Amino acid sequence: MADKTREGLAASTTGPRQPQRGRAVAHAVEGWATEFRRRLRAGELGSLPVVMVLIAVWITFQILNENFLSPRNLSNISVDIVGTGLIAVGIVFVLLIGEIDLSVGSVSGLAAAVFAVLNVNNGVPEWLAVIVAVLAGTAVGAVQGFSFARTRVPAFVVTLAGLLTWNGLMLYILGTSGTINIDEDGLLAKLTTYYFTNDAAAYGLAAIGAALVFLVSYQDMRRRETVGMPHRSLLQIGVRAGALAVVAFAAAYVLNQFQGLPLALLIFLVVVAGLDIVLRRTHYGRQVYALGGGVEAARRASLRVVRVQTAVLAISGTMAAIGGLFLASRITSVSQASGSGVLLLNAIAAAVIGGTSLFGGRGTTWSAVLGILVIESVASGMATTDTPVALQFMITGGVLFAAVVIDSLSRRTQEAHGRA
Amino acid sequence: MRAPPLLALRGVSKRFGVVQVLEDIELEVRAGEVVALLGDNGAGKSTLVKVVSGVTPADKGVIEWEGRAVQIKRPHDARDLGIATVYQDLALCGTLDVVGNLFLGREIRRYGFLDEVEMERRTRALLERLAAGVPDLRAPVVSLSTGQRQTVAIARSLLGNPRVLLLDEPTASLGLQQTSEVLDLVDQLRDRGLGVLLISHNMGDVKALADSAAVLRLGRNNGFFDVNTAAQEQIISSITGATENVPRRMASRGDEW
Repeated sequence: MADKTREGLAASTTGPRQPQRGRAVAHAVEGWATEFRRRLRAGELGSLPVVMVLIAVWITFQILNENFLSPRNLSNISVDIVGTGLIAVGIVFVLLIGEIDLSVGSVSGLAAAVFAVLNVNNGVPEWLAVIVAVLAGTAVGAVQGFSFARTRVPAFVVTLAGLLTWNGLMLYILGTSGTINIDEDGLLAKLTTYYFTNDAAAYGLAAIGAALVFLVSYQDMRRRETVGMPHRSLLQIGVRAGALAVVAFAAAYVLNQFQGLPLALLIFLVVVAGLDIVLRRTHYGRQVYALGGGVEAARRASLRVVRVQTAVLAISGTMAAIGGLFLASRITSVSQASGSGVLLLNAIAAAVIGGTSLFGGRGTTWSAVLGILVIESVASGMATTDTPVALQFMITGGVLFAAVVIDSLSRRTQEAHGRA
Repeated sequence: MRAPPLLALRGVSKRFGVVQVLEDIELEVRAGEVVALLGDNGAGKSTLVKVVSGVTPADKGVIEWEGRAVQIKRPHDARDLGIATVYQDLALCGTLDVVGNLFLGREIRRYGFLDEVEMERRTRALLERLAAGVPDLRAPVVSLSTGQRQTVAIARSLLGNPRVLLLDEPTASLGLQQTSEVLDLVDQLRDRGLGVLLISHNMGDVKALADSAAVLRLGRNNGFFDVNTAAQEQIISSITGATENVPRRMASRGDEW
């Protein structure tokens, strides 16, 4: 969950490594300080504000209730974030192309209903019902995406129509049955109840994550070195990977204090990391960012705009469906209220609070993780301190407002930076 | 016989709704030649550029590439032929960094993933060749100055080693120093054998740089001039419409210019 904007850092890298250790350290610190000042001026704060908010939230609730930072509560939060968090990851894609998807709540409910009706009412095997439910989300997203891309009606409007349509379809599918309970020992329920009780699982994940980050950065550094381009020093890479390792191992330690690594969290992190690679390391991801920077410019650079836009909305629908299944798994039931309420708002808020820009082109999938952590921490803290839900809404609203203001300000700073 | 021109437009027309923006346009660009495209606001210069670059395909007429008729329906087609464009609005993706913009739509891949190192290396090499300072290749383009963005747009157009370059008012937003840098660059490109179509409002630039000039007026050809011999007044009166030159078929005019 460390700051992943590697490209940003790569720019102001230091030269070849200094012979003396002390000088190397001073050099690196100086490099970071310059980089930080440059980013501050250029309005590229990245995930810094949200991390600070998260720390503030945790400290506040820990003061109010000493059990807030207990392994049990933190472990529960780590499972609570998964459902909405997965939906928020889909929202990140849509925000990156400068659009918004209002249908994700309804789509998540629809997917859960499809699963429940197929599995519980019609006896379809769970694995098949899961696949059908997820594909239903993909199809719904693709239809919305294609109509938005072709008609050039803003996605906001298309998905608003979708919000009603898919909610209606869900109610139709559920029929009069109302609430459907899911098998508590089944595959879907296991998604959020299974824990890797062996301590090695959590520590192993932390070690693998940190090692991968180090190896990729190291490989990059070596290649840059061989072609004589500016690159980060080994020290910088080591410290970054080390910081990530510290956070990851601390999290693993806390999780192991309770029941171990939750399966849901593992899936969430793997999905987020995988989609992060898709976005920032592949041709497709580059096109997504390009659309957020200017549709017309992308079109003139011979990008297939309709195809990319359709795919983005399809991804958002897919993630909404997967998220909906996790939410259903958490409460082991599907009802007419599934996918309604504040779910949509929380998913969008999570992406924005995490630092994904509403104006398109800026943000990563990791912002969904950070954003949903803030939202679920506030929710959990409110619950453990018996604070009325009214206050919870107001606080989440305040955080969201602050995030939007920071987003808007940093965008303006960037543009002003250009005029200077 | 001279070799056929690199790029030739024969009777190209374009209509937006009821407005006939381009009618029966004739134009030739030869290798190693800078053709200035002149005309008042609304004469159809930018539309002509967009027709050739495939952004808004022509309704009628033929575009010839080295003497044979080609179809340019999409930006992709123009790029595959070797036509590169620097648009008036630059058409950069503001949130992408310099490297991302340069390689947009033709990223270099390594094991299926983007090869940022190689792309950055080539970007650096290209920008150094253009002798223009872009300090931070990883800064989003929106945070660059106007001149730097212009440099990025020009660098991008040169990336695929094009044979014809369309420049839509490349110096309109630049200061004196940067303008002369861009003009020097165009000069170099001509010497390297590229055909350049240069749109400009600045008669000084045109006089200094262009070999010939084609004037558009209200969407039609309104005269062709040899910049070295034609009087500036003559060209200007053709732009403003003081003299209505009858559009002539270029083919019938022989090889006089």
